[in-house]
Amino acid sequence: MTAINLKESSVRDLNEKLQSGSSGDKFVVNNTVGKHALSVGLTSEVHVEINGHVGYYCAGMNQQANILINGNAGPGLAENMMSGEVRVTGNASQYAAATAHGGLLVIEGDASSRCGISMKGVDIVVGGNIGHMSAFMAQSGTLVVCGDTGDALGDSVYEAKIYVRGKVKSLGTDCIEKEMRDEHKQELQELLTQSNMNYKVEDFRRYGSARKLYNFDIDQVDEY
Amino acid sequence: MCGIVGLFIKNPALEAELGALVAPMLSEMTERGPDSAGMAVYRDPNDKGCKVTVLAPKLDFDWASFEKSVKSHFSLKKFTVTQNHAVLSLGNALDEVEEWLGLNWSDLSVTSAGTNIEIFKGKGNPADFIEQFDIKNMTGTHALGHTRMATESAITTEHSHPFSTGQDLCLVHNGSLSNHNRLRETLKREGVKFKTDNDSEVAAGYLSWRLSEGDDLDEALNHAIEDLDGFYTFAIGTKDGFAVMRDPIGCKPAIMAETDDWAAMSSEYRAIATLPGAENARIWEPEPTQIYSWKRS
Repeated sequence: MTAINLKESSVRDLNEKLQSGSSGDKFVVNNTVGKHALSVGLTSEVHVEINGHVGYYCAGMNQQANILINGNAGPGLAENMMSGEVRVTGNASQYAAATAHGGLLVIEGDASSRCGISMKGVDIVVGGNIGHMSAFMAQSGTLVVCGDTGDALGDSVYEAKIYVRGKVKSLGTDCIEKEMRDEHKQELQELLTQSNMNYKVEDFRRYGSARKLYNFDIDQVDEY
Repeated sequence: MCGIVGLFIKNPALEAELGALVAPMLSEMTERGPDSAGMAVYRDPNDKGCKVTVLAPKLDFDWASFEKSVKSHFSLKKFTVTQNHAVLSLGNALDEVEEWLGLNWSDLSVTSAGTNIEIFKGKGNPADFIEQFDIKNMTGTHALGHTRMATESAITTEHSHPFSTGQDLCLVHNGSLSNHNRLRETLKREGVKFKTDNDSEVAAGYLSWRLSEGDDLDEALNHAIEDLDGFYTFAIGTKDGFAVMRDPIGCKPAIMAETDDWAAMSSEYRAIATLPGAENARIWEPEPTQIYSWKRS
């Protein structure tokens, strides 16, 4: 295990060390004091434990690595993640996992606005509540919210699946509640188990695209 | 992009360290605003008269003549010059003082007025500002600071934040307003005066106008949500504390934290991380359009 103290190392040194790690290597990062762009661009199966709150863009572009943040995360957590797992024990700020293609992001606390905006295949599990405009234009992947959601959930959503246990403040344009079939229950159960969230699948509702925005509707030509 | 910091002391023993605590916060926000910096500090109340901060157009301003002139008209209790700023504590009514200043010393601009507030600001790197104004040695009950990255108007000391919005009130802003030109014209017709073409000054002028129309601070901010178009996180300094509000989309960042000793807000956590006990503070992100305020009880 390699310990890196950010009072002594620069962020660039940290990222270079993590990026050159080999599969199975373990790293512990201390004294983060809200610094930006920690543990970004990792491409191998390293394990990184970050102790403390982090600033913007932590774990961005992650591939394969397993990153645990013991604290809160600033805006842009796991942005454009490709694979691997990122877990934050506290809350995450705006646009967590934006445009992410794959992997699993677990936020044990609350997520702020625009979580999963334009997500393209990532799985996101939020233990608490989630802010407004989450899953905006979400293309594929799964967003699981164990608490309540803010306004305009899933606005202009494509084929991403959204599961919510609590109250939905409002749904965005073209986002509707959908039937929870067996395959959805199974998928949700797997994600809850994987992310260590102890909730019953039966308590969740499913939301997704009404697919009304997919094609131009000639009756709405006056709107343009 | 700009950086905002606010610190409110809850434990009176820490009031002596206000400047020492808030200076590293401001410094940490340099990358968000390297163009200019400013700070409003609340201290040494002059309840039986008034306190004003004036800003001179140049560093070698003839403060001695000014002091003499003030003394011949008013009871000047305290006069402190720092760089191109001077703080005057007087035994007279504010209206009288402001009118006289406008008539006799029109090249000076009043940057703050009230009984507790003092506002300092300067063009250039926040580190230089902290040094030049000896921020680290400031005492007081609370302070609001701003580092500016100009997007809408020129980089001058006059364009820098905080902006005064009335007696013991000031505003710092992170964001940009898109309807500020039209709103400025409307407010001018209502009698609000502007010193620059800065968009944040319009927000400050708007709040001053609403407050003069009888709104309390919460009402004025709720009206601002209706009438201001754009992105904003506002922090408003008041005599007893400060308030924070974000725009309806929550576009601009803000983070708040509280311990038994202090309450703080900033654009980013890294500024709060400089405070003692930050790692165990209660930390949260303010919801859009909700007004958060702290007040001395």
